Amino acid sequence: MNQLGFPILTLLIAVPTFGAIACLFSDAKAARWVALVATLIDFALGLTLWATYQVGGPQWQFQEHLGLFGSFGWSLGIDGIALMLILLSVFLMPICIIASWEAIQKRVPEYMAAFLLMETLMIGVFTAQDLFLFYIFFEAGLIPMYLIIGIWGGADRIYASYKFFLYTLLGSIVMLIAMLWMANYAHSTFIPTLMVTDFPVRAQTLLFLAFFASFAVKMPMWPVHTWLPDAHVQAPTAGSVILAGVLLKMGGYGFIRFSLPMFPEASAQLFWLVAGLSSVAIVYTSLVALVQQDMKKLIAYSSVAHMAFVTFGLFAFNRQGLEGSLLVMLSHGLVSGALFLCVGVVYDRLHTREISRYGGVSTNMPKYALLFMLFTMASVGLPGTSGFVGEFLSMLGIYGASSWAGAIATTGIILGAAYMLFLYRRVAQGPLDKPDVAAMADISPREMLTLVPLALVVLWMGVYPKSFSEPMKKDVGVVLARTDRAWKGGDAKLTKGSAKPVVVAEGEAH
Amino acid sequence: MLLSFTFTAPELILSVGAMVLLLVAGWRGDAAVRGIGFGALGLFVLAGLSLLGNAGHGGIAFGGLYHADAFASFAKVLIYIAAGVSVVLAHGFFQRSGELRAEYPILILLSAAGMGMMVSAGDLLTLYVGLELQSLSAYVLASFMRRDQRSAEAGLKYFVLGALASGILLYGIALIYGFTGTTQFGGIHSSFVTQMAATGHLPTGLLFGLVFLLAGLAFKISAVPFHMWTPDVYEGAPTPVTAFFASAPKVAAMALLARVTVEALGPATLAWRQIIIFSSLASIVLGAVAAIGQTNIKRLLAYSSINNVGFALIGLAAGTAEGISAVLVYMAVYVVMTLGSFLCVLKMRGNDGRQLEEIAALSGLSRTRPGLAAALAMFMFSLAGIPPLFGFYPKFAVFQAATNAGLFWLAVAGAVGSVVGAYYYLKIIKTMYFDEPAPEFAPSDDKVEGGLIAIAAVIISPLGYLAIPALTAATLAAAKALF
Repeated sequence: MNQLGFPILTLLIAVPTFGAIACLFSDAKAARWVALVATLIDFALGLTLWATYQVGGPQWQFQEHLGLFGSFGWSLGIDGIALMLILLSVFLMPICIIASWEAIQKRVPEYMAAFLLMETLMIGVFTAQDLFLFYIFFEAGLIPMYLIIGIWGGADRIYASYKFFLYTLLGSIVMLIAMLWMANYAHSTFIPTLMVTDFPVRAQTLLFLAFFASFAVKMPMWPVHTWLPDAHVQAPTAGSVILAGVLLKMGGYGFIRFSLPMFPEASAQLFWLVAGLSSVAIVYTSLVALVQQDMKKLIAYSSVAHMAFVTFGLFAFNRQGLEGSLLVMLSHGLVSGALFLCVGVVYDRLHTREISRYGGVSTNMPKYALLFMLFTMASVGLPGTSGFVGEFLSMLGIYGASSWAGAIATTGIILGAAYMLFLYRRVAQGPLDKPDVAAMADISPREMLTLVPLALVVLWMGVYPKSFSEPMKKDVGVVLARTDRAWKGGDAKLTKGSAKPVVVAEGEAH
Repeated sequence: MLLSFTFTAPELILSVGAMVLLLVAGWRGDAAVRGIGFGALGLFVLAGLSLLGNAGHGGIAFGGLYHADAFASFAKVLIYIAAGVSVVLAHGFFQRSGELRAEYPILILLSAAGMGMMVSAGDLLTLYVGLELQSLSAYVLASFMRRDQRSAEAGLKYFVLGALASGILLYGIALIYGFTGTTQFGGIHSSFVTQMAATGHLPTGLLFGLVFLLAGLAFKISAVPFHMWTPDVYEGAPTPVTAFFASAPKVAAMALLARVTVEALGPATLAWRQIIIFSSLASIVLGAVAAIGQTNIKRLLAYSSINNVGFALIGLAAGTAEGISAVLVYMAVYVVMTLGSFLCVLKMRGNDGRQLEEIAALSGLSRTRPGLAAALAMFMFSLAGIPPLFGFYPKFAVFQAATNAGLFWLAVAGAVGSVVGAYYYLKIIKTMYFDEPAPEFAPSDDKVEGGLIAIAAVIISPLGYLAIPALTAATLAAAKALF
C-alpha cells in the first residue's frame, strides 16, 4: 500500500472529520480542546508524512485506491508539491485554533467544527488523485467558508459571504463540465493518467479556459479578485489566515496539477492572457494597497499582488519560474497568515482595523513590533526571509519567459516594499499620541505561541530553502517535461556567455 | 389473461385494498383513521413486495397495454416510498388542524395506483387512464381542507388547468393515432420509422401530435412554460399534500415522459430533443430567478421543484440509456431532498399551534433549534447541488450524460443556471444561520417526523455516495429496459 503500512492519507482526512463531529456534540470549552487535539494529531501525521516521503523516489507516494463510488473512486496519493501544501495546511491549523481561543466567544462548537471541516477538505484537495474526488473536495470548501464568514464575520458579512460563494461556485462549475468531457475522452478519471494524456489541441483551449475560470477565481487573479478583500475584511482573524494561507493556494495547485501538464499547448498559446492579467494585477493591486485605510484590506490586496507573482512564475515554463512560484505560495501562506494574525492582535485590543487609529505601538509593544517587522520584511522579500527566495526565483523565471513581463513584475517588488513599509510606519512608528493605543498591552504568551513558530519557519525558509524545494524538484521536472514541447521560449534569449576578463593595458593605467 | 393479472399485481393490490379501506371508512367513520393509515402503509409494502415476482420483470401484459419491466419497478418503488411517507407525515398535521379524515390515505392509495399505471403504460390509452386516475385524486387532495379558502382555491385552479392539460394531451394522442393508426408505443415507433424513411422527414401531422403530447406531459411535471399552476397549488394545498405533489407524481410523470419519448417517439429524437432542451433551460432559469423574490417557503419550494425538473430534463435530452438512468437517479435523490425539506417545513409551528410558512419565521433557527436548522441547511445545500452533499451526484450524472451524448453546451448552460439557483437556497441558510432569532417554534416531540428527517439527512449526507454503485446498477438496468 505505502511505505508506512497504514492508510495515512485517509487518516489525515478522517481525524479532522471526526473531530468536527465531536465538536458539534460538545460545549464551548471541550470543543476548543477537541479542535486543538485533532489539529495537532494531524500536524504530527503531516510530519510523519514528511519524514517518510522518499525524495527522488516514485512520483506518486502513499497511494490508496478504493473503487467506492461507481464511476469514480476514493483514490489518494501525493507528490512533493502536494506534500508541501499539506504541510502548510496542517501547520497553520493549530495556529488558527489557538488564535481563535479567546477571540471567538459565540457559537464556539460550530466554529471549531467548521474549521476542522475546512481542514478535511483542504487536505482532500491536495491528496485526491481522482478527478471528481478532487472536484468534490475543491467545491465543498465553499460550505464551511460561507458559514465562517457569514456567522463570525464583521459588519458586511452577509454581502461578503454571498459574493465569496457565488463567485467561486460559478468559476468551478464550468470546470466540472470540462472535467466530464475529459473523463469521457480519456476513459479515465485518474489524475496521473490524465496528466500524460494528450488532449486534442483545439479542445485544449476550451478546457484550459474552463479550468482557468475556476482557478483564476480561487487564486484570485485580476479582475475576478474582488471577492477577496470583502471576504477577508469580514472574516474572523483565523478565517483570514486559512483563506490567505491555504485556500488561495488551491488555485495555484490547480494550475500546476491540471492546466500546465494536461493542456500544455493551450497554456503556451494563452501565455499572453495569463501574463497580461498578472501584469495588471501586480501594478494595479499594489497601487490599490497603497491607499487602503483598512489594515486587513491592505494585506488582502497585497495577497492578490503576490498571487500574480505565482501565476506569472507558473506560466514562465522554466524551472526557476515554477520552483519560485511554489516557494512564493508556501512563503505567502506563512507570511500573510502571520500578518493577519498581527492585525488580529491589535484588533482584539482596540476593535478597529483603521490604520490611522494606531501609531507608535513599538514604544509600548516592543515584542509585537519586532515580530510585525519581521513579517513585513518577509512580505517585502528581504534576503534572509522566506519571501526573498521565491520572489527572486520567479522573477528570474519571468525574465526568461518575457523581458517585458520581467520589467513589469519588478515594479511589483518596489511597490510591495512601499505599501508594506508605509503600513509599518503608520502602525508601529511615529509618536504614541493616542491614549487608548498607549494603553495596549504587549502580546500575551498565547499570541506568542501563534506568531513565534511562524517566524521561525519564515527564517528557516529564508536561510535554507532547500528543505522545502528539494521534495518538489522532481515533480517540477515532470511538469516541465510536458510543457517543454509546446513552449517556444521567451524573447530574452538567455544563453550562457563565456566570461572575458577585461585586460587593461599596463601603460594606460594611471 | 390470468398471467397478465399477475403482472399488474401492485395496481390490483392498491386498488382493491383502497376499496376495502373505503368500506371500512364508510362503516366506522373517522374513528378508524389511524387503522386506515396503517392499512395504507401495509398495502404499499405489499405492492412493493409484489414487484419481486412477475410484476417486476414479467414483460408485456394485456397485449401490449401494460409493461411490467425493470424501469416500471424502479419508478414504482420510488412512488410507493414517497406516497407512504406522505401518509405518515400527514397524520400529525391534520390532527392539529382538526381535519383528520379517513379519505386522505385512500386518496393517496388511488393516486398511487394511477401512478403505477402511468409508469407501466405501453399504450397511449393506458397512459391516459393512469394519468387521470392520479390527477383526479390529486385535485381532491389539493382542496382537502374544505374550510380553508386557499386550499379550495388551489384545488379548483389545479382542476381547471389540469383539465386543460388533459385536453391538450388527448388532442396529441388523437393526432398521433390518426397519423400512425395505433396507440401502442411499439406500433407508433415502427410507424415513425417507416414514415420517416418514406418521406425523409417527420410528417407535419406527427410533429403536431408529438408537440401536443409533450405539452400535456410537461404540464404534469410542471416544466416551463406549463408551470404556472405550480406555485399557487403548492402554496394553497395543505403542506403534507404539497409534499406529496412535489414527490411521487413528479417521479411518475417524469418516468412516463421518459418512456413515451424513448419507446414511442424514439425515431424522432432530434425533433423532441429541441423541445426538451428549451423546456429544460427555461425551467432552470425561471425556477431560479422567480424563486429569488419569494417570501413563502412553500412557494419557494415550488419554484425549486420547477428548477429541479429542468435539470432532470437535461438527462432526458441526452436520449441515451445513460441519460435515462441519470434521470432516474435524479428523481430518486430529488424525492429524498424534497420530502426532507417539507418535513422540516411541517415543523414550523408557532406557539399558538398555527402552521408558519414565512421564510422570515426561520430567522436564527440555528440558535433556537440547531438540529432542525442543520437538517434544513443540508437539504438546501443539497438541492443547490453543492458537494459533498449527495444532491451533487444527480446533477453530476445528468451533466455527464449530456456531455457524453455530445450536448456539451447544454451541460454548460445548465451548470451556469445552477449558480443562479444556488442564490435562493443560500438565502434560506442565511436566514437560519446569520439572522437574529425570530420567536421560537412550538416544541415538537413527534418521534416519527424527527426520525424521517434524520433518515433523509443521512441519505443525502456524504454517506450517500456509498450507494452510488447500487443506485447506478439499478437505474441502468431500468433504463436499458426501454431501449
